[in-house]
Amino acid sequence: MQLAVWTYEGPPHVGAMRIATAMQGVHYVLHAPQGDTYADLLFTMIERREKRPPVTWTTFQARDLGGDTAELFMEAARDAYARFQPEAMLVGASCTAELIQDDPGGLAKTLGLPVPVVPLELPAYQRKENWGAAETFYRLVRAFAGPAQTRAPRDPARAPRCNILGPTALGFRHRDDVAEVTKLLTGMGIEVVVTAPMGATPTDLTHLRDADFNVVLYPEIAQVAAEYLKRQLGQPYTRIVPIGVGATRDFMAEVAAFAGLPVPLTDGGDALRLPWYARSVDSNYLTGKRIFIFGDATHAIAAARIAQEELGFAVVGLGTYSREFGREIRAAAEKYGCEALISDDYLEVEERIAALQPELVLGTQMERHIAKKLGVPCAVISAPVHVQDFPARYAPQMGFEGANVIFDTWVHPLMMGLEEHLLGMFREDFEFRDGVAPSHLGHGAQAEPPAAPIAVGPASWVHEAEAELRKIPFFVRGKARRNTERFAEERGIALITLETLYDAKAHFSR
Amino acid sequence: MTHPGAPREPEGMAPGAGGCADTPVLRERGQREVFCGLTGIIWLHRKIQDAFFLVVGSRTCAHLLQSAAGVMIFAEPRFATAIIEERDLAGLADANEELDRVVTRLIQRRPDIRMLFLVGSCPSEVIKLDLSRAAQRLSQRFSPDVRVLNYSGSGIETTFTEGEDACLAALVPEMPAEPGTARSLLVVGALAEVVEDQFIRLFAALGVGPVRFLPSRRASELPAVGDGTRFLLAQPFLAGTARALEARGARHIPAPFPLGEEGTTAWLRAAVEVWGIGEERFAQATAQGRERARAALANHRATLDGKSIFFFPDSQLEVPLARFLSRELGMRPLEIGTPYLHRQHLAHELALLPAAAKLVEGQHVDRQLDRCREARPDMTVCGLGLANPLEAEGLTTKWSIELVFSPIQGYDQAGDLAGLFARPLVRRGKLKV
Repeated sequence: MQLAVWTYEGPPHVGAMRIATAMQGVHYVLHAPQGDTYADLLFTMIERREKRPPVTWTTFQARDLGGDTAELFMEAARDAYARFQPEAMLVGASCTAELIQDDPGGLAKTLGLPVPVVPLELPAYQRKENWGAAETFYRLVRAFAGPAQTRAPRDPARAPRCNILGPTALGFRHRDDVAEVTKLLTGMGIEVVVTAPMGATPTDLTHLRDADFNVVLYPEIAQVAAEYLKRQLGQPYTRIVPIGVGATRDFMAEVAAFAGLPVPLTDGGDALRLPWYARSVDSNYLTGKRIFIFGDATHAIAAARIAQEELGFAVVGLGTYSREFGREIRAAAEKYGCEALISDDYLEVEERIAALQPELVLGTQMERHIAKKLGVPCAVISAPVHVQDFPARYAPQMGFEGANVIFDTWVHPLMMGLEEHLLGMFREDFEFRDGVAPSHLGHGAQAEPPAAPIAVGPASWVHEAEAELRKIPFFVRGKARRNTERFAEERGIALITLETLYDAKAHFSR
Repeated sequence: MTHPGAPREPEGMAPGAGGCADTPVLRERGQREVFCGLTGIIWLHRKIQDAFFLVVGSRTCAHLLQSAAGVMIFAEPRFATAIIEERDLAGLADANEELDRVVTRLIQRRPDIRMLFLVGSCPSEVIKLDLSRAAQRLSQRFSPDVRVLNYSGSGIETTFTEGEDACLAALVPEMPAEPGTARSLLVVGALAEVVEDQFIRLFAALGVGPVRFLPSRRASELPAVGDGTRFLLAQPFLAGTARALEARGARHIPAPFPLGEEGTTAWLRAAVEVWGIGEERFAQATAQGRERARAALANHRATLDGKSIFFFPDSQLEVPLARFLSRELGMRPLEIGTPYLHRQHLAHELALLPAAAKLVEGQHVDRQLDRCREARPDMTVCGLGLANPLEAEGLTTKWSIELVFSPIQGYDQAGDLAGLFARPLVRRGKLKV
């Protein structure tokens, strides 16, 4: 048993729902107890979808368990076909139905429905949402991609073609990433045959074979399917995810190689602003800011590269809840000289952030809460998603426009450079009272409440030192307190004086 | 836990009984688009301030709690999930040891906890993990610091608000015994603190007392119960709690529910009659509240009068709400869906419903959506999974969950309650895009 306060991923059948909901013409019949239908609201409320997810739930109750739950499932599957007339059906079980072992796949087969039925086996007590999404997408691709083939070289008379794999419903900025990457590929003279699962029908999946190669946007979801297509149809697939300026350029080079095109010379043109904004003198204050990064593996690894190479931050912690990609995260952490954290335990992530005392957290909505509690600025870079992660405006993470969006999103929560100095110099100005928000966030903005000390050290403070500590701007005061207490503790100092405070400041200054 | 061989309820029309006797009830079976009883933890963990709720379940349960909680994640919550994993399914002895380990870790982390609820879920019930024995065992181990209780919030046993019923029913045996037969009033059902305080003042003015509340704000301060206890239900979904209280000698005061000016007045009057207090004092003590409620309702009447309304089943509040909206605001209920129709507790309510309203117990969501689309009501009350899709089809909706999460009972909330229904209509009128 695992004690969970919050979870980063839902159960695997929610991953399957993300695939079914992203596609057209697919209906998913889920054997599940009453109450599991809560998952519908993820799509209608968080993503504000205008249609219910294409899912029929059996919603069995105790009285059904004594009777025939298998018959209930068959009835639901028959009715769902009659009502929704899908091109293909997915059938499976949620965690509770898995225990009663009705075998939805076998039952559906006996119904003799006139459309393909793809059974899903998603072990709910071992696996999680992203795995469920990847497995479902793979099963669908397998069912519709067609027989094996050996690829002939492309006729030079026709444009190179690719598929875009991975975007789902309830994905972090998937809608805009697809638009941005499609534009990028089209600009290179590459045709996009199928984008899947988002917007694709089962029939569209039969055209996957018409492409020369596959572009994998989100390895967590599409890598298994892409690997299958590589074996089955001989289509190579991209390994570089185009998040950030450098990664987008590398991605274009990788794509050009698959397409047999010369490496494009484009640097993003005038529309790419991140490189100049990062060089602009006002960004000097970003130098060496200590950043903690946590998210799904794809977004976390991309964020680390951007933070280090494109914004001049210092990555002090890098982690993921995607255990399947632990190796990749460890390699990236080693590259940036920090320790990797591979965990889906929210409490462990909280402890690590508290211990590292970063100046900016790049994380999920959960790290946003941790950061809020600790009084540290935060920007969200990854799922699990929140209604705020579906902005009305165009806000991709990928491609050159994605880099611009990332610059704004990460830099805005930070106190601006000169403002930070002014607050330091004139900290007794009555308008610089505690809790004042950065001025660029507007008058209405309330700063987060100052952090409660995480652990109270054994040392106590003399009045004078405590008063001096209060002169330090609130947004760094927690760190100053913790550093000083740690400094005192390590040296066996029981009483923190003014001298201890400044000794600690000198010790920790970079 | 399960009821082997329980006959399925027949579909179709069955004759109604009780107050609204002539209204036939359509009983439906099919996909139910409702929450399970675990959802009650979202408000119960805030209400009972020294209690912690540990769901023994799957990742789905944990995911439900955080999804249903949505934006309510402000502090470290007093709930968590012990997620059953593959290795726990291998053998039950192992699962019990694992549970003990998780509870021990939890209690070390949260020394402020005085009461721990082990909350059963669909998977824990299907694998027959005996949480009542686990609760006894753990209670002994952590006695006297922490009392460990259990109840089921599973979707196979409970629908949405029935989770609160199960939780309160589990508290009843813990209530101290009231010696003697001196009369006291117990108000049953989680209410917002502001509403509780208003009722305390009202009952004091009426001369009804002493007044106690279940649940209490602290699990360590449960009210006493005995032969002198008379109880009013503040919520319509507390059938199990009512039975448990009756078993402890308490007696139910039948009444409509305290929604709106009329409902609140009738609810208070039911208690006043038991206490034998005169009409003059009743009129005096309630005059101001009634007047304020009527004035507040008048502000919304123009928006709501004559508008048709359609309820999808959700919290069991549907019948009292339909009564309030039809009688005090002139709305026309077309269909009143409810997960369960507790005829006895709703007898007063049913008698006050307009005859034209169609009552539906249970759910077949697709058929109900067909009926809703055909009826084109001016307002549809439904869950979060259905609201946006129906809005996209041009229907105006009210999220039903807000009716459970907001203070809506009593005189001073009558206007707010009407406002919850008026706002979507007002908003639709305002938007020019």
